[in-house]
Amino acid sequence: MNEVTVFIMGKGYRVPAGLTIMKAMEYAGYRLTRGCGCRGGYCGACATVYRLKGDYRLYADLACQTPVQDGMYIAQLPFTPAERPPYALQDLAPEGQTLLALFPELARCVACNTCTKACPQKLEVMDAVQAALRGDIRQVAELTFDCVSCGLCTMRCPAEISHHHVWQLARRLNGAYLTPRAKHVQERVQEIAARKFAVELDAFMSMDRDVLVAAYKAREIEA
Amino acid sequence: MKRLAYFPGCAMKDQARPDEAGTLHALALLGYEIAEIPRWNCCGTVYSLAQDDLMRHVGPVRNLLRVQGMGEKRVLALCAMCYGTLARSARFVQEPERLARINAFLDTEEDFRGGIGVVHLLTLLRDEVGYEKLPSHVKQSLNGLKVATYYGCMLLRPREFAVDDPDRPEVMERVLEALGAVPVPFPERTECCGAYLTVGRKDIVEERVGRILRSARGGGADLVVTTCPLCQFNLTERRPPEAPPLPVLYLGQVLGWAFGADEPTIAALLVGQPTPGEPVSSGGAR
Ligand code: SF4
Ligand code: SF4
Ligand code: FES
Repeated sequence: MNEVTVFIMGKGYRVPAGLTIMKAMEYAGYRLTRGCGCRGGYCGACATVYRLKGDYRLYADLACQTPVQDGMYIAQLPFTPAERPPYALQDLAPEGQTLLALFPELARCVACNTCTKACPQKLEVMDAVQAALRGDIRQVAELTFDCVSCGLCTMRCPAEISHHHVWQLARRLNGAYLTPRAKHVQERVQEIAARKFAVELDAFMSMDRDVLVAAYKAREIEA
Repeated sequence: MKRLAYFPGCAMKDQARPDEAGTLHALALLGYEIAEIPRWNCCGTVYSLAQDDLMRHVGPVRNLLRVQGMGEKRVLALCAMCYGTLARSARFVQEPERLARINAFLDTEEDFRGGIGVVHLLTLLRDEVGYEKLPSHVKQSLNGLKVATYYGCMLLRPREFAVDDPDRPEVMERVLEALGAVPVPFPERTECCGAYLTVGRKDIVEERVGRILRSARGGGADLVVTTCPLCQFNLTERRPPEAPPLPVLYLGQVLGWAFGADEPTIAALLVGQPTPGEPVSSGGAR
């Protein structure tokens, strides 16, 4: 078997080449109760940092998405302490200063770009911080659409910004105030309120559980 | 058309939009093709006074690097603060050892080679366009409007980056004269407005702003003109109750209006002035 040596939290293990970091850790005997979720690159739970022999860079990636390499030094970061001030979306306006007022530390960004280098999603993280600084909420929302809240940028930032919480607020403001309402959804909601589908819905509501489950399983799924 | 790389800075895209709009309108008429720097970041605002604070220069240098990437040799800033920060960093990296360290840090970018000049709108108008060219573009003269030219600190200090003689500047007066305005005597025009103390010590800012506005009014001004969004904020939002209620506009707004753009404040101020539209011969009340 083709094997490589990796160092997990400083201890060396021989593991099969081609495994992801996450599988290599399990192969080495770790039982993951934190720092592991979807295993598909979506949940952001498996933030991991590593170094390679002879390379000064500190790499950051998702353990479930990254194959092991020989001589990797690995540590997981199952949780990122990050500050999220309380807010009520309905009391906020989608204006220039809103993000900065809640996250004043945005102004500490020195444009080092370390966050961008850390992002496993290859987002332009620094550009998003800069957009937040100048109050361009829509731009922040668009640049961070694929953020998985892994927190790696936040752990690396010398300005101690809690990036993913800023992104979340920007996307909420964008969704609530800046994005045009989908007309067909509103129409459908009105139709439902006007009981256009009353017969069908009432039939489901009065179904026996077993019948309902069977109907659910037999439903047509769009390809 | 002359291509000119342009660094807007955060304020131009938010609170200071009218400044940008007026300036870009005017620069187009003066034959400039304005090319906004791609993916610019904050200039760094308050530059560090520490001698060895290399990190604070990374942001400004990254912007200069983008200018280099555009194949341009210089960059225009409108905000007094952005101008100061960029100009300072451009000079900071003139020392090879510092440049090498910054380049080593910016390991995902091409190397910065230095040699990018930073110009401010005022120096551009003075040194490249020339005051004498301005009147021929004036569509509506300021018609003798009495203006107080507020420089504040950032345009003139520190001395190495001053756009003009720090003690007796005249560039803003000369530009406004060319547009038909009459600059008034304004002893406090280079005094600091209090800048960032506006966050923690409003009282100090209010005291200064009151003094600055009284000085402007004392000279007979109807309007205060500035190039800094923070000065503009302080002069309007931090004025003590007894201060004269003078309007405060950006240079770009005034320039844009003179070159035919819409600007309600100036239009309102000029109501009742003699023969609007007639260019007025310049001649200082300075
Ligand atoms: S932006 Fe930050 S939190 Fe979001 S995916 Fe990238 S590194 Fe993770
Ligand atoms: S890591 Fe922090 S300081 Fe550096 S560019 Fe990103 S947000 Fe700015
Ligand atoms: S476990 Fe969900 S992204 Fe890796």
